[in-house]
Amino acid sequence: MAELIERRPEGLYVPAADVYIDPWRPVEKAIITHAHSDHARPGHRAYLAHPVTAAVLRARLGAHIWVEEKDYARAFRIQGVRFSLHPAGHIPGSAQVRVEHKGEVWVVSGDYKTSADGISSPIDPQRCHVFITESTFGLPVFQWEAAPLLAERLCSWAAHQLQAGCHVVLSVYSLGKAQRITRLLNEAWIVPYVHPAVAEMSQALQQAGVPVGNFSPLSALENRGETGVILVPPAAEEAVLRRLKGPVVTAACSGWVSIRGFKRRRNLNQGFGISDHADWPGLLATIRHTEATSVRVTHGFSGPMAQYLSENGLDARPLETAFNPAEAE
Amino acid sequence: MPALWKLHSILPRPNRRTMEKFAALISQLDGTTSTQEKLDLLVRYFQSVPDRDALCALALLSGWRPRRCLNSSELRSLAAKEASLPLWLVEEAYHFTGDLAETLALLIPFPGNATPSALPTSLTEVLTTLQNLVSNPERARDFILYVWRGTRPSERFVFNKLLTGGFRIGVAQRMALQAFALSRGLDPDFVARRLGGDWNPLDMDSAFSEQDQEEADLHRPFPFCLAHPLELDDVGSLSVDTFFFEYKWDGIRGQLLRVQGRCDLWSRGGEWLNSAFPEIVEAVADLPSDGVLDGEILIWREGQIQSFQELQKRIGRKKPGPDIRRRYPAIFLAFDLLSVEGQDLRTWPLAERRRMLEEFLPARHPVLRASNLLQPASWEEALDLREKAKNYGAEGLMIKNKEAPYHGGRKRGVWWKWKVAPLTVDAVLLYAQSGHGRRAGLCTDFTFGLWHEGQLVPFAKAYSGLTDEEMEEVNRFIRHNTLEKFGPVRRVKPELVFELAFEGIHRSSRHKSGVAVRFPRILRWRHDKKAQEADGLEHLKNLALQRQPTGNSESHPQKSAGDNF
Repeated sequence: MAELIERRPEGLYVPAADVYIDPWRPVEKAIITHAHSDHARPGHRAYLAHPVTAAVLRARLGAHIWVEEKDYARAFRIQGVRFSLHPAGHIPGSAQVRVEHKGEVWVVSGDYKTSADGISSPIDPQRCHVFITESTFGLPVFQWEAAPLLAERLCSWAAHQLQAGCHVVLSVYSLGKAQRITRLLNEAWIVPYVHPAVAEMSQALQQAGVPVGNFSPLSALENRGETGVILVPPAAEEAVLRRLKGPVVTAACSGWVSIRGFKRRRNLNQGFGISDHADWPGLLATIRHTEATSVRVTHGFSGPMAQYLSENGLDARPLETAFNPAEAE
Repeated sequence: MPALWKLHSILPRPNRRTMEKFAALISQLDGTTSTQEKLDLLVRYFQSVPDRDALCALALLSGWRPRRCLNSSELRSLAAKEASLPLWLVEEAYHFTGDLAETLALLIPFPGNATPSALPTSLTEVLTTLQNLVSNPERARDFILYVWRGTRPSERFVFNKLLTGGFRIGVAQRMALQAFALSRGLDPDFVARRLGGDWNPLDMDSAFSEQDQEEADLHRPFPFCLAHPLELDDVGSLSVDTFFFEYKWDGIRGQLLRVQGRCDLWSRGGEWLNSAFPEIVEAVADLPSDGVLDGEILIWREGQIQSFQELQKRIGRKKPGPDIRRRYPAIFLAFDLLSVEGQDLRTWPLAERRRMLEEFLPARHPVLRASNLLQPASWEEALDLREKAKNYGAEGLMIKNKEAPYHGGRKRGVWWKWKVAPLTVDAVLLYAQSGHGRRAGLCTDFTFGLWHEGQLVPFAKAYSGLTDEEMEEVNRFIRHNTLEKFGPVRRVKPELVFELAFEGIHRSSRHKSGVAVRFPRILRWRHDKKAQEADGLEHLKNLALQRQPTGNSESHPQKSAGDNF
């Protein structure tokens, strides 16, 4: 029997509706789970996404793109196949895609997390027959510490460094993580200076109605001659560090730096394991909530995760995709 | 006897939670890359804890390994059971993080916020408890589970480090020692000498009280003078007469002490070797006067120095019998004299010490010999001597400044080692495996192949030699070009070419290629070469024929004590 969702060279494909989900090659119709660049690629003829994701897509890929907007939990049909988007809790606008056809229900998770971040709609797992899940942090060594604890640790460390006369450079992904960290810092009366790439994303989200917190442009810091907390995307960190004068400390906020080796390899002073992905217990809990008997495991630790699920009675197998977990956090 | 750790939960002693201080120290050291800051952290830590804890911490940071009460596979099983995970998944996670202590710390479910820390209150107590549980695995398991369930990952990690033995966390031994000395107002050299040998912080009676310090001190080695790899630019402009030249032998570096009639043989790694090499100790006992010699322990047979492999055959025996002693006779090849009749000579110029050494050693002694001084007339001749060193089974040359005093540690401009230039080939990357420690999560262990009859045959593994940037780039290639995965190993598209260097080649039936190379390492990435342009196995075998020295052609097993220069 043909499967409801299959893997084509272009990406995950729903043959009955002739539509792709997060395709990595240009296609006619693409449903986009969220606006991170490995999921939302340029060049598709028509996009379909949550309104917040749509706003970011326009900022990122150009105002000319054709995007159809769908709110969470509003069903719509494409060639008789019933679709709906549901919160994934990953970043603002991120969605799981529920696909229902002839009594069979599949869900594509996109990226997701189970803890609240203060800016994204919390994940709402859907019952389904087949669940296509991410596994960015699909090893049991990934267990996030409680979010308030991490927030408190980050803020008190940053405040301490500022007082000691150091700039604090935080390496964060520009969409989602940066806004989440901005809000955390605001709670501790810190207004971060943000790299233009971050500012662009924050403004796009703000226009779409997401409360992104208070921030200043990085250029303002240079005029003021005081120390500040600076949010930069990882790729721009080197350049920013070269330009800053005076003592600097660096940290990253990412699930990866919960492993010492990663922190040390990147020569960071501190790492805060604040992640926008589900940890191992979060992945397992979500899979349980879907009540799916069949699970396809994509980007991340798909091999071990699928094997573990199989040993626990699920029909689970890895599904190779072109999403890049290492560069998406 | 009631279990020690149960008492702690009843009787908390909040002011004495020095174990937590140690765990915090480790986190803080992790958080800085500045040497000065590390030193400050260490000094503050040492000042804030009692002597015994400070000693334990110093021992751990200096590479002391507590005896293990569970071995690594027992620990893995215990953690797997506690976390309700299959063992293979624990292994998978370990391959990924590259650090067993950390893996196990992260695997166990985290305790709730309300749970108080279950760490015993002092580092000494933890170590003592673990030591008492060495032969009681059942109780050890209970104790470990108790601690795991009640600690946060960062504390758990430090506790696990005590369980697994190794404590390499980016603090140089010398720095830990210096910080300890500062915290106690002692002279670092004095502490180094006191702790130069093999010591267990739990067994020491009084750590640094004045009286027994001097007594115990007398019979321990001085801090060893270490050599830098030579760059001709360092010395090429100076006359060769400025230096002594000696062959660099591959043995065990050691100090041989005769002090107030008592004799001790210490390796550089801090091992006490009296029972392993009794003939050397007997020889020095027969001398008429006291002295401290620095030199190399070597096997001497048929009129020449034998390879390290021959020495290896004796090292394994703690107490060699007469047969082994006859087959592998040991000598002490002395190249320095550090004290004589209680007088410290270390501040004297090397030339003076050498003169004293020759007076001190009896002429033509079969066991105690002085190193040969080579006398090249120019740097060209020195280069020639180095090339020929291999013919005698030496690794290269040692070059020492005649005027320099004896410095403990690796000080520039005093001693150099000048090894024979390595052999090289261009080889193709075939397999990659994820690495450990600082490069966890990255593939850092590579297997390389050479062409043979139209196929690439794996011939060597190499680990080091790439910059962090190159490593990232190679890993990006690996991620996108993995053909197959078996566990942590990936077979990659054979495209990338690297120049590999190694020290020697020998035939091996255990290797697919039929040859094995010594100390292979990556010299550079040959972006300019395609896989088709890599070298063939024949080329490697030809190199072997051209360069193979006599007498030292065997493979080089792992050294036990790391006692070479």
